[in-house]
Amino acid sequence: MSDKKIPAKMAGPSRRAFMAGTAAMTASLFLPKGLRAADFPTAEVNTTGLAVTDDTVTIGILHSVTGTMAISETGSVQAEKLAIDQINAQGGILGRKIEYIQEDGASDWPTFAEKARKLLVNDKVASVMGCWTSASRKAVLPVFEQHNGFLYYPTFYEGLEQSPNVIYTGQEATQQIIAGLDWVSETKGAKTFYLLGSDYIWPRTSNKIARKHIENFLEGSKVVGEEYYPLGHTQFNSVINKIRLRKPDVIYAIVVGGSNVAFYKQLKAAGIDPTGESPLVLTISVTEDEIRGIGGENIEGTYACMKYFQSLQNDNNLEFVKAFKEMWGEDIVIGDVTQAAYLGPWLWKAAVEKAGSFDINKVREAQIGVELDSAPEGYVKVHENHHLWSKTRVGRAQADGQYEVVFETAELVEPDPFPEGYQ
Amino acid sequence: MFADYSMSELGAIFAMQGFAGLILFSVFVLMALGLAIIFGQMGVINMAHGEFMILGAYMTYLTSTLFEAYLPGLFSIYFFIAMIVAFFASGLLGLFVEWSMIRHLYKRPLDTLLATWGLSLILQQVYRSVFGAREVGVSIPDWMMGSLPLTDLVEIPINGIFVMVLAVAISLAVYYLMFRSSWGLQVRAISQNRVMADAVGINTAWTDRLTFGIGCGVAGVAGSAFTMIGSTGPTAGQLYIVDTFLVVVFGGAGSLLGTIASAFSISQAQSIMEFFLSGSMAKVLTLLVVVGILMIRPQGLFSLKLRK
Repeated sequence: MSDKKIPAKMAGPSRRAFMAGTAAMTASLFLPKGLRAADFPTAEVNTTGLAVTDDTVTIGILHSVTGTMAISETGSVQAEKLAIDQINAQGGILGRKIEYIQEDGASDWPTFAEKARKLLVNDKVASVMGCWTSASRKAVLPVFEQHNGFLYYPTFYEGLEQSPNVIYTGQEATQQIIAGLDWVSETKGAKTFYLLGSDYIWPRTSNKIARKHIENFLEGSKVVGEEYYPLGHTQFNSVINKIRLRKPDVIYAIVVGGSNVAFYKQLKAAGIDPTGESPLVLTISVTEDEIRGIGGENIEGTYACMKYFQSLQNDNNLEFVKAFKEMWGEDIVIGDVTQAAYLGPWLWKAAVEKAGSFDINKVREAQIGVELDSAPEGYVKVHENHHLWSKTRVGRAQADGQYEVVFETAELVEPDPFPEGYQ
Repeated sequence: MFADYSMSELGAIFAMQGFAGLILFSVFVLMALGLAIIFGQMGVINMAHGEFMILGAYMTYLTSTLFEAYLPGLFSIYFFIAMIVAFFASGLLGLFVEWSMIRHLYKRPLDTLLATWGLSLILQQVYRSVFGAREVGVSIPDWMMGSLPLTDLVEIPINGIFVMVLAVAISLAVYYLMFRSSWGLQVRAISQNRVMADAVGINTAWTDRLTFGIGCGVAGVAGSAFTMIGSTGPTAGQLYIVDTFLVVVFGGAGSLLGTIASAFSISQAQSIMEFFLSGSMAKVLTLLVVVGILMIRPQGLFSLKLRK
């Protein structure tokens, strides 16, 4: 943990207090000098014509709330709205309340690009929290670079990208993969791995990194199989037989979407119960969100490698989970990406306050090195490559749909979107 | 790839692989029977077939929730009741859709394609609004999960056996309905010569509606069974639609036997190739072979002899 603190403290007044009164306004009267809007004349903090007035600043939220991706992106939208509410309850940013314009990417990549252009050109938003799939991010990237927008992207992804206009609040591939493989090799003595994935860029890139790491860095370990199934594939009996034949110590599964449900149900039905750990199942694609569809009893015993689990026991997280449930209902579960999405508005707030300006070029400069010690996942810090330093954790799935954290790295893991020796 | 294994291991793997192929075959038969009735007998291209299946899956989900809450003692057999509920729910929706939409479009096959595709989008959004965008987890009774160890090495998934038995039962039921009941006679008469069938006093409108309803009902049962092996979400129906059409078209529209033969050959080809190649490659090769055969035999594997 660092001894440096940033002024932002996430735990604000409760939402009820905020809803009941005009906490934000009252609060601003008591704020120390330097946080009142009057101390930051609009003309000075906004020299490039962004949507900033004397008492509000507008940002964009750009996720799919309809279509296939709605299932995943809903959590991110909820987390971002919670963060915005909490920031406003504390008096906003530079004395200005955050307002947001939400656009629906509709699970369609050209729509994402079009909506991004609308947010940047017409609405002049000061930053955008958005996108989920790599395909949607790639689609909006040229728009953000052309119009100099600023995007906070929450999903763990394959890496191999570093745009001046994007802050990646999720982990890139090496942060998610390497520590987990080291752990399974050291503590479980695993030697043979079977790599499995859905057939698109993220599982393929991730498995490529996993294979390099297993073959070059884990002594005596080898990959005994690697294969990919089309997105939406629902029949895994053949591959399960193949796995049985090769007898790997670890099944390394990066299956996504509806295929996920089919894979774990069929694995269990075929008599390979993950709780037996022979073979052990390790995944980087199943968060608490996905378990709801798979069913806790079908996936119990599987290990997942993430940076955040809802069950993390620290004060920040307990407070975050409580606030999240208060806002969105008791039944809700919070996955890795949802937490990463929650960091977006807070990181932006910290950068704006550090820069003393909403100007994107100044925010970009100020963002590097920003630290949050109040993140639910624990302390994080922005690397100069626009990704976050964060810990890697391994959780074991429980029948109730939560993960029990069994391992976390001692230090923060450095983000390395272009890993040498893994290409 | 087999050099390192003993004979008994290889025997066990081939036995299990054989079962994997049979399970895939049963899944294909279940998916395709409903569509074969609708597409084969009525010539309606029902793009919403997958959504009718998912309605069955959601009905299973509701039934399981109800049983868990009110009749926990009978939970272990709820699945059979769920399948009946699924049949009637999807069937009734099918009757309604035929009455409100399909019957106006019988002479315009391309418009049916568009209309049913629109219907599939509408149904998806309805599921999303009612059940939420996230997939729901259907709890399956314990005895239906797990596997049956035949020998030390050979283990057969119980839900696979269940799907196989169900596929056989439904195929027999459909066969009986189509070839041994008066309704089946009427359906076949209409598909051969609608005007003549009308003239001899068959109520063609009602027969059409019932055919569509039964086809949808069978889809609902299939969807209900698939909660054991797949996901239940608003768009999960889309996962099945391509394979379903593939099976029906390859088998030859209008021939139930063709559908079954085609389900068998596609599933065996796919399952064997998946074992020796990778998953994506197996799919590509299967599709290539099917396209190749359809180029030579555009009418599919089996086709009814019609006077042209």
